[in-house]
Amino acid sequence: MRLLIRVFGMERGRGMDFTHSYFNSIFWPRIRRNRLALFGGSVVITLFIISLLAPLIAPYDPSAINAFKVLSHPSWQHWFGTDELGRDVLSRVLFGARVSLKVGFVAVGIAVSIGTVIGLVSGYYSGLVDATLMRLVDIMLCFPAFFLILAIITFLEPSIWYIMMVIGLTGWMGVARLVRAETLSIREMDYILAARCIGCSHTRIIFRHILPNAVSPILVSATLGIAGAILTESALSFLGIGVQPPTPSWGNILTSGKDYIEFAWWLSLFPGLAILITVLAYNLLGEGIRDALDPRVKR
Amino acid sequence: MTTYLLRRIIMLIPLMFGITLITFSVIHLAPGEPVEMQMAMNPKVGKEAKERLTKFYGLDKPLHEQYFSWVGKIVQLDLGRSFSSDNRPVLDKIKERLPVTISLNVIAMLLEFGLAIPIGILAATSRDTWLDKGITVFVFIGFAVPTFWLALLLMYFFGVRLNWLPISGLHTLGSDSWGIFHYLWDLAKHLIMPIMVASFGSLAGLSRYMRSAMLNVISQDYITTARAKGLPERVVIYKHALRNALLPLITLLGFSIPGLIGGSVIFETIFAIPGMGQLFYQGVMSRDYPVVMGILVIGAFLTLIGNLIADLCYAFADPRIRHGEG
Repeated sequence: MRLLIRVFGMERGRGMDFTHSYFNSIFWPRIRRNRLALFGGSVVITLFIISLLAPLIAPYDPSAINAFKVLSHPSWQHWFGTDELGRDVLSRVLFGARVSLKVGFVAVGIAVSIGTVIGLVSGYYSGLVDATLMRLVDIMLCFPAFFLILAIITFLEPSIWYIMMVIGLTGWMGVARLVRAETLSIREMDYILAARCIGCSHTRIIFRHILPNAVSPILVSATLGIAGAILTESALSFLGIGVQPPTPSWGNILTSGKDYIEFAWWLSLFPGLAILITVLAYNLLGEGIRDALDPRVKR
Repeated sequence: MTTYLLRRIIMLIPLMFGITLITFSVIHLAPGEPVEMQMAMNPKVGKEAKERLTKFYGLDKPLHEQYFSWVGKIVQLDLGRSFSSDNRPVLDKIKERLPVTISLNVIAMLLEFGLAIPIGILAATSRDTWLDKGITVFVFIGFAVPTFWLALLLMYFFGVRLNWLPISGLHTLGSDSWGIFHYLWDLAKHLIMPIMVASFGSLAGLSRYMRSAMLNVISQDYITTARAKGLPERVVIYKHALRNALLPLITLLGFSIPGLIGGSVIFETIFAIPGMGQLFYQGVMSRDYPVVMGILVIGAFLTLIGNLIADLCYAFADPRIRHGEG
């Protein structure tokens, strides 16, 4: 958390003391008392560890085919059972955490960067620039997001990189609106006027004076956005347009879950639970950060 | 009201223009010669289809000419012909699928609002009690459940395990010859699971929204006044507060349309329902570009119209908007 706030550019001068004292005196005590947010945070950290150590933790090779153990029930040897090729579902679910983490962070990274820049520029310059950019947001919001993603994927080869790019490119509108609203109010503050008086360039004002103060809504929507991106990726992979087998992802394990629903409930249950818990964790963490950063919430 | 309506309709024009522009750029996403790229990737599309694609989109002409001739065709509702073996006009295909998707979504939406409004009121009026907390937990889980997974679980329990409900299609084979009640009962049984899945998606968000809208209204002065007058709590909540709390929900109705239409891809594919979502999915899988582009444009226009209707309803319900104060 500390690192995240520092990365967002408050490392020098006015920023640093403020950030650190703010973090220590308000943010951390608040979020520490929020048990749900702590739960979310620890799940997220656990997922990081699982993705890093997947080859060490996983009991089997996730793509090792075993013709003698096709669709076997959950047992002590295979906690989550095996799939139609005799592969260990637990190992595949553990490796699937890597995909969801990668997609979540890269897609949201793209969405947040585009959204932030458009929001900042739109809110700061206002007038014609603002009107044009906000119409662009309106137009993008007209497309059912899932349709747009599917249509774009049709024209490209299905691969995890395209998926991440496309989810990012179709998901920045919310962030842009939020950042714009925040910029509009920050722009009117006295210290911005002061910065302008001492001759700061527009770029400097936008990125060094406005952006650091708009970090909290960005951070919140990024955390919630990761949850959304993971859901979208799993739906795409489920439909066979996302991560391609044999690479395991929670969505594409569920595809075989659907095909074998009459014989193998475990193929559907466990990957779905993994998605549910992960998305829930990011949502709880995001809401927790929102409450902790919002001065209006009673302490 | 008339000027408001006119203003809103004029505002649609740049949006429609933008929609076509973005759809058009999607066609040109593939790097290099789009037709070559698509053919190289996909042996399913033959040489003849390639010629048709080049001709329909005018891919051998300059970019701006391509765009204007394409928009010209869209204005005349000519979306081209499908690449699939039946080679029918895309518009006809969409026309026969659209009613299924729209009626399913309307039913799902009614169910959603019918459940979300009472849940939201309940949570707001019993704020910070165990009931409110229970609803909050439900809402968070609802946010996190992937709809397609919910569909699988329902299929497993009600379809495979209990064998109560059919798991695919809209009708049982041969149901045409049954009596009307038997036929409708069969249809209803087929619709239960898809509608549950379709409405579950936004139920959580909607009830959360209703809760905060209600809390917002309850803290206003006129509610305190109503209570101070000695009105019974029931009247205060359901008559005074509810009306204003419902207002923002109308806008949300408009916003939820793209999500519903997009979500139909998932539940129509899983439950094998012959709607627009399934057509879209089939188009994507067989790289039937005219179908994909056609549905993309139609989907965006539907959203636009949905938003317009929601805005008009809002203006109708709230005189402040109608008379241009808001």
